[in-house]
Amino acid sequence: MMDTCRKASELLSQEQDRALGPVERLRLQLHLLICERCRRVEHHFELLRAAIRRCRDDG
Amino acid sequence: MENTRSRGTPQAKEIESERAYLLRYARLQLRNPAQAEDAVQETLLAAIEGAARFSGKSSLRTWLTGILKHKVIDQLRRSAREQPLEAADDRAEAEAIDALFAGDGHWRDMPSDWGNPDAALENSRFRAAFELCLQRLPERTARAFTMREVMEMTTPEICQELQITSTHCWVLLHRARLTLRECLEITWFDGSRR
Ligand SMILES: [Zn+2]
Repeated sequence: MMDTCRKASELLSQEQDRALGPVERLRLQLHLLICERCRRVEHHFELLRAAIRRCRDDG
Repeated sequence: MENTRSRGTPQAKEIESERAYLLRYARLQLRNPAQAEDAVQETLLAAIEGAARFSGKSSLRTWLTGILKHKVIDQLRRSAREQPLEAADDRAEAEAIDALFAGDGHWRDMPSDWGNPDAALENSRFRAAFELCLQRLPERTARAFTMREVMEMTTPEICQELQITSTHCWVLLHRARLTLRECLEITWFDGSRR
C-alpha cells in the first residue's frame, strides 16, 4: 500500500518531534524512495529547523 | 564570547551584556515587542538579584536563557488569558493546508530544489525571508512551533502548556512547517531564482 504525500509529510514532520515506530519508519522510507517531491520536503523541513536555531543563536 | 564562560558570581555588567541575545530569543517567541522587552527585563532583574545562585557549571548565557524561558511562558500565559485564540482562524488554516494537496493526497505543486542548505543559511536574504514568514504564522501555530524549535520543549511539555493533546500538537507543528515551507517557496525561492 502506497502512502500519500500528505501522510508522508505528516511523518516527516513528526520525525522531528518524536521517535517514529518501526512500521512508520519503513512506510516513510518506502515512500521517499519513489517520491522526489517528499524528498525535497524532507530537506526543507530540516532547513527550517536549522534556520530558526540560527536566528536564535546568531548575532 | 568569553564573558559567557567566566566562573563565579557574574557581575551585573556581564549579565547586561547578554541583553541583545536574550531579546532576539524572546522576539522569536513573543510577537509583541513590548512583551519581549518585559520578559528580558524581568530576566535580567531576576538574574542580577539571584547572581549568587549561578553555579558556573553552565555558561552564563545558558543560565540566563533558562530564566528567560520561564518569563516567556509567563508572558504567553498572560496573553492567552487576555485574547483567547479564535476557532475561525483554525478553520482557515486547516483549509490552507488542504489546498496544498491534490484530491489524491499528493502535492499539488512540485516543491522546489532549494539548493545547498548551508548556502541558504548563510544568505541574509534567506534569513530575512524566513523571519518574515515566521511572523506571518497564525498565533497558536507559531506558539507551538517556537516552543518546539526555539525553546526546544518536548511534545508533552508543549501539550501541557497549551492544554492540547499530542495529536493536536503534531498537527500544529506540521502546519507550521508546511506553512513556512510554502511561504519560503513564494518569498525566497521565486524571488531569488527567477
Ligand atoms: Zn510524496
